[in-house]
Amino acid sequence: MITLNLTSKSFGATTILRDINLTVAKGETVGLTGPSGIGKTTLLRLICGIDTDYIGTIQRPDNIAIVFQEPTLLPWRSVLDNIALVHSHLNQDAVKAVLERVGLGNKLAQFPGQLSLGQQRRLSLARAFAARPDVLILDEPFVSLHPELADEMFALTEDLIRETQPATIFVSHNPSDTDRLADRVLTLAGSPATLV
Amino acid sequence: MKIKALSLTALLSVWVVAAYLSADPQVLPMPWALAEPFWSEIKSGALPFNLMMTLQRLVWAFALAMGLGLVLGLIMGLYPAVNTWLDPWLVVFLNLPALVLIVLCYLWIGLNETAAITAVTLNKIPNVATIIREGARALDSDLRAMAQVYAVPRRVYLRHFILPQMAPYIAAASRSGLAVIWKIVLVVEFLGRSNGVGFQIHLYFQLFEVSYVLVYSLSFIAIMLFVEWSLVQPWERHVNRWRNA
Repeated sequence: MITLNLTSKSFGATTILRDINLTVAKGETVGLTGPSGIGKTTLLRLICGIDTDYIGTIQRPDNIAIVFQEPTLLPWRSVLDNIALVHSHLNQDAVKAVLERVGLGNKLAQFPGQLSLGQQRRLSLARAFAARPDVLILDEPFVSLHPELADEMFALTEDLIRETQPATIFVSHNPSDTDRLADRVLTLAGSPATLV
Repeated sequence: MKIKALSLTALLSVWVVAAYLSADPQVLPMPWALAEPFWSEIKSGALPFNLMMTLQRLVWAFALAMGLGLVLGLIMGLYPAVNTWLDPWLVVFLNLPALVLIVLCYLWIGLNETAAITAVTLNKIPNVATIIREGARALDSDLRAMAQVYAVPRRVYLRHFILPQMAPYIAAASRSGLAVIWKIVLVVEFLGRSNGVGFQIHLYFQLFEVSYVLVYSLSFIAIMLFVEWSLVQPWERHVNRWRNA
């Protein structure tokens, strides 16, 4: 589903990533760990297509979804619109169904600013799973959540992954998080960083 | 609203006191002394006609300056390479006196409407572009990345991602645009048109008719306040309603 053969990724004269080969199959969840600033988010941005300035090849399907560290919502649009505008091909019933699925069925008309942080994260998850993605990127989506809330979000994410079976890459600093969600765990290390 | 009314009443009181102290209606008449010249200009049709002419020029210049300034500001804010090239031009035009542009437009294009509107537009574009450029620079890069990953259509991206972020900057540019453009329109009319509020002010300046100068000025200010309170502010409240939710 995802085939990555990255020769190098540099910012100016500084090479950040080198010789990274990775394949993630449909339904598989790969955990990615490594110290802060090593280049995990950079690698995810390459896989998502946000950053196209690299040497190597990346093959992935078009139907991709991402959950950022921050919810990254449209604060000026309602909960319903936050999904409907991003996935304009989905009808209202499908959007409502996915919001119902993450427990936001009674918040459709509210603005993100009226939701708790946990609810905003749920909305971000709903947006990711709404179009049943082939590839799912999770960039530390449970960071800064209260342990109970993080556990609840984990359970919801596990269920949604089981239901939609995307090829998933999950980044976290916390080894217990990657152990829980990932089928296998890879670590970025070195300078320039590579997978070990 | 109450405070606005009180504030305007206080301004009126200052005028009354100043008129009382000057003790010369030729220099500064009492506010109520403007009723007669106001009514005579209404009856003759001169006031509505000239207000309409000025408004027409203002609407054209405002639309052109906002439209072109918006595009230019967005491009300069989003593309640093373009900004590097165009920034010196912007600085030159920002510092070019309005009077110079007006005179040059009249000399090059002629004493006509095109020259008048072009002069006002060219005067305002740099200000609009500068404000909009700051807005474009402040656009949320995470939202842009999100839109890119989910392949949000360009039309949706512009309307629902970019425009709401730019709204406060567009409102600021519109507000300062209206305030500055109508003043420049008056100078343009003063110098080279045969109608409009600026032309009438020129006429009554030569006749030393302060009350008529005030009638035309205040009538236009009243229209601008109406536009601000009935169009700009409600629009601003509408686009910012999510902040207060």
